[in-house]
Amino acid sequence: MYDLIFYFFALITLGSGAVVVFSKNIIYSAFSLLFTFFGVAGIYVLLNADFLAVTQLLIYVGGILVLLLFGVMLTNKVIDVELKTGTLQTVPASMIVAATAGVLCGVFYITDWRIVPSTMEMNATTAELGNMFMTTWLLPFEIASVVLLVALVGAAMIARKDKSMQN
Amino acid sequence: MDQILKSFLDNEILVYTIMAFVPLLWIVPYALFAVYLERKVSAHMQDRLGPMYTGGWHGWAQTIADILKLIQKEDIVPAAADKKLHLLAPYVVFIGSYAAFATIPFSSAYIGSNINIGLFYIIAVSSVVVAGLLMAGWSSNNKWSLFGAMRSAAQIISYEIPTAIAILVVVMIAGSLNLQEINQQQSGWFWNWFVFKYPPFVLVAFLIYFVASLAETNRTPFDIPEAESELVAGYHTEYSGMKFALFFLAEYANMFAVSAIAATLFFGGWNSPFGDFLGGPIWGVFWFLSKGMFFIFLQMWLRWTLPRLRVDQLMYVSWKVLIPWAFACVVGVGLWTLL
Repeated sequence: MYDLIFYFFALITLGSGAVVVFSKNIIYSAFSLLFTFFGVAGIYVLLNADFLAVTQLLIYVGGILVLLLFGVMLTNKVIDVELKTGTLQTVPASMIVAATAGVLCGVFYITDWRIVPSTMEMNATTAELGNMFMTTWLLPFEIASVVLLVALVGAAMIARKDKSMQN
Repeated sequence: MDQILKSFLDNEILVYTIMAFVPLLWIVPYALFAVYLERKVSAHMQDRLGPMYTGGWHGWAQTIADILKLIQKEDIVPAAADKKLHLLAPYVVFIGSYAAFATIPFSSAYIGSNINIGLFYIIAVSSVVVAGLLMAGWSSNNKWSLFGAMRSAAQIISYEIPTAIAILVVVMIAGSLNLQEINQQQSGWFWNWFVFKYPPFVLVAFLIYFVASLAETNRTPFDIPEAESELVAGYHTEYSGMKFALFFLAEYANMFAVSAIAATLFFGGWNSPFGDFLGGPIWGVFWFLSKGMFFIFLQMWLRWTLPRLRVDQLMYVSWKVLIPWAFACVVGVGLWTLL
């Protein structure tokens, strides 16, 4: 049953991922990302990474996907205009893709995977993650939060109406 | 409950399928009743009678007649609509709001999935609804629908933040994200409920949660996404028949989900207010559902009392009122527990 569920989520991820890449309609690409993120979250659950799975849903579906949809819908003339994606720069793109795929495959084969027999029982990862963030990885955690804060302040600055510009 | 089912059903998949259907057995009759209640409450608040004829006694069968009518209606898809997304959207919206019920404990014996990160899961999965709403609004190819969907998405996303911070207050007290465990910590008499802990911080956190949850379910005074006097009906303007009914069901399911979370986090969930008196799993269902219905009534009461907020006022309330006060509650409870 475990395998069945894994293949189900893998199918969702790959199938919707293919739609993201191959669809000519950019709105379809954006919406099928929803299913890709969902499939990846399902695979995280199977890997006993429950916190990561939910975070994936929260950040990617709730944040990034909606932002993307807003971007797509607002940058084009919204209604009655065909939103199309085109193929540009085929040669450099395929070279970069080949290089990336090579690196990924290399990493995949070189890495010494720790293969643990899978159990359906879930261990709580949340408390452990919290402890690690507050002890071992405190500095990276704080740096990430400062980066996010700076991004937030920057976004507010850009979005703000400049009073001197209006006159 | 899953243990009992497993004892006389061999198939694990079958057991979980049955477990997954249990909340639906409540949501569908509840939605029928809530629509009737909404019409009656609104009528009495405006000194009217509301539906009085269908079924005889006080028009009790009105919503049943309505849903029968909806089922028989022709399913109209606008010619210029994006057919695939138009078809998909109501399902995505309903799945998003139904998925939240997976970790809500209906009684000490029934919870769909007793996972450790239940509360966090609910916050995350309810964001799927936003994608569905945008899908519905865009695919209808109607400016009212699109405006409604955009407003709805903007509103839900900005009010998720005060909701999450208010929930964080409870998580800090309970030290757990598991809703069943949060319930067990509030057992006993009603003064053990979290809402009475660390006064007034948790009470303020509850008020913030309640206001923000009104916005998340698009209820008045935060109903600009549907604003019938300016946007026809918002994102579901172009839907008819069963698809419209599905949107309606999702909306009412969402209302109950936020009410149930409020009841669970702040008001003891399935715990009886009187210690062991009328306790136990069966009475637990009764207490849980009646607490949930009380908040539903409160939502309706507010809907027919308050006027609608403007868009700028909406953002003002979220960013400059609710979020700072929610942070104050987090800091207050944090300091209190340390001292």
